[in-house]
Amino acid sequence: MTFRDKYEIVCGVETHVEMLTKTKIFCGCTTEFGGEQNTHVCPVCLGLPGVLPVLNKEVVNLAIKAGLALNCEIADFSKFDRKNYYYPDLPKNYQTSQYDLPICKGGALEISVNGQKKTIGITRAHMEEDAGKLVHSGETISTSVSSGVDYNRTGVPLLEIVSEPDMRSIDEVLAYLEELIQIIDYAGISDCKMEQGSIRFDINVSLRPIGSEQFGIRSETKNLNSFNSVRRCMEYEIERQAELLDEGGQVVQETRTWDEGKGITLSLRSKEEAHDYRYFPEPDLLPLVIDKDWIEKIRETLPELPSAKRERLQSLGLSEYDAKVIVSWKPMANFFDKALDNFADAKILANWVTGDLSGLLNAKNSSFEESPITPQQLVGLLKLIQKGEISGKIAKSVIEEMFDTGKDAEVIVKEKGLAQISDEGELEKIITGVISANAKSVADYQAGKESALGFLVGQVMKATKGQANPGLVNKILRAKLSE
Amino acid sequence: MKVINSSLDELHKLLIHKEISSVELTKIFLKHIKQKEPDLKAFISVTENVALEQAAATDKKLAANEKIGILEGIPVALKDNMCTKGIGTTCGSRILENFIPPYDATVTELLKGSGAVLAGKLNMDEFAMGSSTENSGFFTTANPWDLTRVPGGSSGGSASSVAAREVPYSLGSDTGGSIRQPAAFCGVVGLKPTYGLVSRYGLVAFASSLDQIGPLTKTVSDNATVLNAIAGHDPKDSTSIPFIKPNYTQFLENNVKGLRIGVPREFFGEGLDPAVEKIILQAIQIYEKMGAIIEECSLPHMEYAMPTYYIIAPAECSSNLARYDGVSYGYRAEAEDMIEMYKKTRAEGFGQEVKRRIMLGTYALSSGYYDAYYLKAQKVRTLIKEDFDNVFTRFDALISPTAPTVAYKMGEKSDPLAMYMGDVYTIPVNLAGLPAISIPAGFVEGMPVGMQLISKHFNEGLLYRAAYAFEQSTDHHKTIPALLGEVD
Ligand SMILES: [Zn+2]
Repeated sequence: MTFRDKYEIVCGVETHVEMLTKTKIFCGCTTEFGGEQNTHVCPVCLGLPGVLPVLNKEVVNLAIKAGLALNCEIADFSKFDRKNYYYPDLPKNYQTSQYDLPICKGGALEISVNGQKKTIGITRAHMEEDAGKLVHSGETISTSVSSGVDYNRTGVPLLEIVSEPDMRSIDEVLAYLEELIQIIDYAGISDCKMEQGSIRFDINVSLRPIGSEQFGIRSETKNLNSFNSVRRCMEYEIERQAELLDEGGQVVQETRTWDEGKGITLSLRSKEEAHDYRYFPEPDLLPLVIDKDWIEKIRETLPELPSAKRERLQSLGLSEYDAKVIVSWKPMANFFDKALDNFADAKILANWVTGDLSGLLNAKNSSFEESPITPQQLVGLLKLIQKGEISGKIAKSVIEEMFDTGKDAEVIVKEKGLAQISDEGELEKIITGVISANAKSVADYQAGKESALGFLVGQVMKATKGQANPGLVNKILRAKLSE
Repeated sequence: MKVINSSLDELHKLLIHKEISSVELTKIFLKHIKQKEPDLKAFISVTENVALEQAAATDKKLAANEKIGILEGIPVALKDNMCTKGIGTTCGSRILENFIPPYDATVTELLKGSGAVLAGKLNMDEFAMGSSTENSGFFTTANPWDLTRVPGGSSGGSASSVAAREVPYSLGSDTGGSIRQPAAFCGVVGLKPTYGLVSRYGLVAFASSLDQIGPLTKTVSDNATVLNAIAGHDPKDSTSIPFIKPNYTQFLENNVKGLRIGVPREFFGEGLDPAVEKIILQAIQIYEKMGAIIEECSLPHMEYAMPTYYIIAPAECSSNLARYDGVSYGYRAEAEDMIEMYKKTRAEGFGQEVKRRIMLGTYALSSGYYDAYYLKAQKVRTLIKEDFDNVFTRFDALISPTAPTVAYKMGEKSDPLAMYMGDVYTIPVNLAGLPAISIPAGFVEGMPVGMQLISKHFNEGLLYRAAYAFEQSTDHHKTIPALLGEVD
């Protein structure tokens, strides 16, 4: 790869997030995904003659919340503007958006790549309406004989979050996106369903010679909808730009589009062909004035955010890695926190949540939200181990049974007689038998061969089908052997 | 003649005293419409069935001795830019020739709620852009005082139909004078309310920050009655303003003693027909005699109102009219591809004036020109507002001609700029969002002259009081177009 030693990557991202409101941004239609074509529509979102927008206050609440979660300043005065361009999925041929006075400005979030922490600036975040969807009669647009428009998505509220060009590698970009989406998810701004297009990215990439202070000429690739596409698109763009620069050429400032199938980016329009959006203030809406009380009210509704959660888990003794894994998935973190309410040892809990339970869920392609084992039930299992009633090894089979049947650990242990043998009298009897049956090992041990003890413990466990309390077995064996 | 020339109060009394049924009343107006329409062409559509149905409903209530509202059972017609559910709303444009709204404008809903009888939809300049109805995509409406002259515009159908007694009242919309100027040309009373007083929901937008719906009536009293029915905060219109709505008829008091009326010198300058000026100066003397305090004043930035308006209004229009693209409703031209379809649809669907303003507005908003045009215009708009704020610290109302001339001949003003100048006294009022009324003030060679009164925001009551006092002391509103003489 030519660029690695020669060029530095400079990248910024615009993220479009569909906000989690019941109704659209300027009308009362539902935002529900799917639905028969053109059923979630009304005169307002269809842009019929004479209709007027009415701002959904819940959209503002969520935008403020997102701004606070991203450490932004919330503008006490912002406004909506019209972005004018012609496209059949845009019924009014303008999009009501925010131009020079967005609701959120100047935020930041922290990423961590290979243990290195870095702050990525958020330039702004603003509210706007989504467009509809073109539906083509053929496989592709070029083979279609006709196209229709589904306006169900028209007017779904979007938050566009614009980062500073602070990222210097693909890993940093992915870390930024991951952190951003986690924050959006935790704050309840969006359902973050990327497969339904709830989140889309525009990636700005440029290269510059290492050591250069000046930014290179950038390309912007629009409408990526998965981390995988972002990574592949960046790999392609970096290589394409590096080759151009290597040959003494110049990158053209332009908008590009990502062809997922071919794995390449294609020029959509150059700077010269760029739309003149002719922004001007939306005359049908009043400027948005947000007072301190409003902001504080929203601040009170902010839940614990991912960074704070990770810090808390680490303070409870979890490794940075475990904390990251648990927090990276909100349902898992919720499950963990619920269990933590009744179980003090966070480390043990983390092992079982990220280990056995995750494994079982993964194998069934299920998630923590649908886990057949409740947090309370998992705590029940862990408490049996803690009290010495079952061994860790037995517990692993118990959890599988719990997963399949939904029964409590105690019930399973009782039904199957899996309780650990901690009765010293009973154990002594078994151990006496093992000692008399294994004279050679006994002699070895007494001759100073410590490893012989392990063999004898193994024999006891075998005789008890693994149910003997290992600590007690050890203690009694040692005592007997030194008699 | 008696019925069609009656005031709303009189018609209401006829109904409640059962001297006439609503169906009979409606039929009289419908018959009169049929008689006059070949000459006037004020209507784009006459909704006879809808009208008779509503009239029958009123009669049912009357038969059951139920109480009816002041507008109930009485015909009305709407400018064809106000949406009427299930009834074509063309906005005077070929591009919406076959558009049938699936919803009612708020004013339509309010009138329906009042039991008003919808007689039809009225002609207008296409998308309300024009001052004569000559820009209508369909035909030009005639002025009942002289059928060779224009009725004014853009609410030409609204003014002409009321002047010719085809309907007792109508609604128009006013973006730069489109209610007041045709009211003046046709000798009727037209109010442009404070911006935000009447909901714009369902009014097909021309220039959103300037558009306002208002009533056109034969008398000031009728006007106040209609405003009572249509004014009010509407949650569907974010620019409609919550306020405590007075009963506007309570202001109808024949007393202007001590009322301070300013005469802005900028409204009496070059371009004003001396004969029109004379009538307005006589009106001022009448006010003085009635005890009003008259004083000259100045609105120094008025000369910039016209250029400011012709940047802001086209800018908003260029965006508002972008939706007429042939994709999901309205006219669509056949074409090979999408871009060509857009181009042909708009080229064939829009008339000259609309295209001119779309181009002006698109230019004014273009990158590199925005600051020099749109932004500067907004700043000047603020200065114009401040001019009014200043004079209203000293005056209760301002008086001026509504238009510099009486109605001109059809085809006389082929130069758009000459046409634009006709709105020079009305446009500043829209830029400042103020209420203003035009009332008949006299005649020049048989053609009506309108006088404009302007007041502070939400001061419609004071306008009605001043207008009513003038009306009571003059007979201009009682003069009827000769064309009506033949009516029985
Ligand atoms: Zn809708």
